[in-house]
Amino acid sequence: MSQATETSAAMVDAAQVAAQSRGYWKTVWLRLRGDKVTIACFVVLALIVLSAVLADWLAPADPYKTSMLKRLKPIGTEGFPLGTDELGRDMLSRLLHGGRLSLFMGIVPVVYALVIGGALGLVAGFLGGRVNMLIMRTIDVLYAFPSVLLAVAISGSLGAGVTNAIVSLTVVFVPPIARVTESVTTQVRSLDFVDAARASGAGTFTIIRVHVLSNVLGPVFIYATSLISVSIILAAGLSFLGLGTEPPHPEWGLMLNTLRQSIYVSPWVAALPGVMIFFTSLSFNLMSDGLRSAMDVRL
Amino acid sequence: MTAYILRRLLYVLPIALGVTVLVFSLVHLAPGDPLNAVVAPDAPKEVVEQLKRDYGFDKPLPVQYFIWLGRTLTGDLGTSVATGRSVTEALRAAVPNTLVLAAGASLLGFTLGCLFGGIAGYYQGTWIDKLSTAIAITGVSIPHYWLGIVLVIVFAVELNTLPAMGMGPGGSSAWAWDIEHMKHLVLPVVTLSVIPMGIVTRTMRAAMAEILSQEFVQTLRAKGLRSYQVLAHVVKNAAPTVLAVLGLQLGYLMGGSILVETVFSWPGTGFLLNDAIFRRDIPLLQGTILVLAMFFVVLNLMVDILQSAIDPRMART
Amino acid sequence: MSAVVNGARAGGTPLLSVQDLRKYFPVTGGVLNRQLATVQAVDDVSFEVERGETLGIVGESGCGKSTTARLLLALITPDAGRIRYGGKEVGEGAGRIPLRELRRHAQMVFQDSYSSLNPRLTIEDTIAFGPIVHGTPRREARARARDILGKVGLDPNLFIRRYPHELSGGQRQRVNIARALAIQPDLLVLDEAVSALDKSVEAQVLNLLSDLKREFALTYLFISHDLNVVQYVSDRVLVMYLGKVVEVGPVDVMYREPQHPYTRALLSAMPSMDPDRRTEDAPLAGDPPSPINPPSGCRFHTRCPFAQAVCRDREPPLVADVAASGRSVACHLVTPGSGHPDAPAGPSA
Repeated sequence: MSQATETSAAMVDAAQVAAQSRGYWKTVWLRLRGDKVTIACFVVLALIVLSAVLADWLAPADPYKTSMLKRLKPIGTEGFPLGTDELGRDMLSRLLHGGRLSLFMGIVPVVYALVIGGALGLVAGFLGGRVNMLIMRTIDVLYAFPSVLLAVAISGSLGAGVTNAIVSLTVVFVPPIARVTESVTTQVRSLDFVDAARASGAGTFTIIRVHVLSNVLGPVFIYATSLISVSIILAAGLSFLGLGTEPPHPEWGLMLNTLRQSIYVSPWVAALPGVMIFFTSLSFNLMSDGLRSAMDVRL
Repeated sequence: MTAYILRRLLYVLPIALGVTVLVFSLVHLAPGDPLNAVVAPDAPKEVVEQLKRDYGFDKPLPVQYFIWLGRTLTGDLGTSVATGRSVTEALRAAVPNTLVLAAGASLLGFTLGCLFGGIAGYYQGTWIDKLSTAIAITGVSIPHYWLGIVLVIVFAVELNTLPAMGMGPGGSSAWAWDIEHMKHLVLPVVTLSVIPMGIVTRTMRAAMAEILSQEFVQTLRAKGLRSYQVLAHVVKNAAPTVLAVLGLQLGYLMGGSILVETVFSWPGTGFLLNDAIFRRDIPLLQGTILVLAMFFVVLNLMVDILQSAIDPRMART
Repeated sequence: MSAVVNGARAGGTPLLSVQDLRKYFPVTGGVLNRQLATVQAVDDVSFEVERGETLGIVGESGCGKSTTARLLLALITPDAGRIRYGGKEVGEGAGRIPLRELRRHAQMVFQDSYSSLNPRLTIEDTIAFGPIVHGTPRREARARARDILGKVGLDPNLFIRRYPHELSGGQRQRVNIARALAIQPDLLVLDEAVSALDKSVEAQVLNLLSDLKREFALTYLFISHDLNVVQYVSDRVLVMYLGKVVEVGPVDVMYREPQHPYTRALLSAMPSMDPDRRTEDAPLAGDPPSPINPPSGCRFHTRCPFAQAVCRDREPPLVADVAASGRSVACHLVTPGSGHPDAPAGPSA
């Protein structure tokens, strides 16, 4: 076959697929757009985040203003649509404000862990050998603790406080993220295009930046979003145990704890903060699932 | 097989050692002097020095670690600074209570999870599948301590049918097989079981779906086996995966029951931990965490070995 | 032990010269993950590649062909041996050619056209990557990518912004070739580069390769298990068996009258349309032995119909064949004075 006919054959071939050329992220976006549950979760989360950010303007009352007379009003009381807590503070206002700390304490540890665990996993996976052994065996030790126990152990030793809770939750999420990153990196590293890049004369850093990161970040990012759900529950759990934020600051876990004493007086108000935790966690979980199936493009 | 068990043991030893190092260092994570909790701030200097020597805090850290490890290995986990009681004694009373709770929750969660997951996997894509999947995702997304509170509100506050606190009548702190203790067990177990239920459902559904898609199942069907006979084969193949999840969950629940025990004032290890945190009782915190973590490590090891006994292919990796 | 191996010498230094290249992989296992054995993937392999020629390397899977290719570009580190490029040894120091420099002159095309392209990069970025690494300005590298894509028969306007998953296997392999050519190498190592393609596409890509070779004055190291393809593209052929070179020589001589029993068996198993070209030798029976603890002496003796005691005891050296110029064989049967009862009488025997 001559070069000319061969080339034209390839071009006919090309014309057939010319119409459907689009990038990876565009494919992901198109898939997400068709997934109603994920979109709904995204909207719910956006509302929760917005209402927390805009709590100062949205809240009908001062979340710190106590009133001995208006203690433990039930849901639907005039002026207090969601009732009042054990110190007579407006529940709706406290729930809106509480989202700030709860979301912050839930999301920040995962972000920190993504950076730290991702870096560790990337290095371990790409370099392999002894470095891998050293990093992954250390990670295994942290893995030997159930996550709640590890969080409680570190937080309990450090003492109460938002910073301490974030530190302990970061330690909890570094091992799983490092493990996932390591396994994905190890897989990617063994693919021929990494060898091809090395054969092109590229250095380790360039290869990681151009060829490895682009393939590792996606799956690791999805995994991290699925951890946010757990993190929200754990962060509120630490506050529930008195290890997170301290009164009188509004935070869903802490509110759940203080209202527990009034459970026989005003049972349903006491359950409200948990509803917020539940919906936030559920939305993150569903959104992460949606992202996973949208990004799982085995092209 | 023996080689595999030996290798697993050799792999677990350094991890167990790492766990002890981590638990030991918890004391030094605590802000200020580890003696702060016992000594009044205005105590005379000589008293502080004497206590330091008594607790061994004057020695270099590695020496302190090995002394502590030596004591720990002989079963002496130190003394609670808050109560003066032996930590080992406190744990001996609390661990069985947590075990009752965790085992009950594992069994319940596991049974429900297998049921939901199995049905979902078998009837993939139908509304039953969707319902099961929804239950599973709710199970893993729900803050279980809140679920506990809600259950208390419904069954103790509103309906007044089940007790809200403790593990038995009159502040009983030891398990007994009578109707009163059983009643106390219901709410905490149901609360704690949602976590394994959600996870087992997911795992079971995936395992079921994968196995059903394999060719041997089609062969079995082609051979004219009845569907329950096919199911028996499928269950046998799904067992190792599901078993691993069950083992892990029991370990998780042992360590993760602290929140539920707090909600229900269940006199187990979680309650001890809560107490230790509240009173800044570091030896008690340390001992409890060490025991729970070791329990988890050993359980993992046992699951691995059991799994490879069922399915020899696992031993090769 | 490996003196001069190749006779066909046009004079001057060869482009690539490999001496006593060796790579053993450890096999670990047991309770402590100790090393239990070694896979002798490549064992004292020596050969030369002349500027402008195509050297074909053939052998069954597991014979060390691909390992050799990866060793050449230092994608894995050899345990022993020397690689010379343009007469200069690869390595750091005076009078040597640094690895980075070698990777500007020698490039590789892999078998799996899919896994050798980064799925997240466009064709343009993939091809321009090499030149950019070597310091070409981005714009220029992009321009070169377009240019080279046209050269491999893909319309740049249609393909430059595409992702690998949007391409067919043949198109992807063209991109891989373009990527390798983008940094303007002299030597192209083609590791089973056409083996995964459909026969018709394979023919197109082979034609493309021969056109490119002429246009850019390339030298090819063509690794394949397909004897027909190797015959079609190669000037010389090198046969490997269990990590060893068993025979090497000009393609026509090798295919007309193979000397080593293994080569003969391989060629007899080769499907041929021509009934006159059928050989009488028995085809190979069984699988090749494991390269873990390979057979003693001549590694082929366990499957060789002519094996004698000497084959088990002594390893045959690769010696120049006096009858055919440029050919060397490692076999006691054809080496005079080897001790094999059926060996031709040697001058010193």
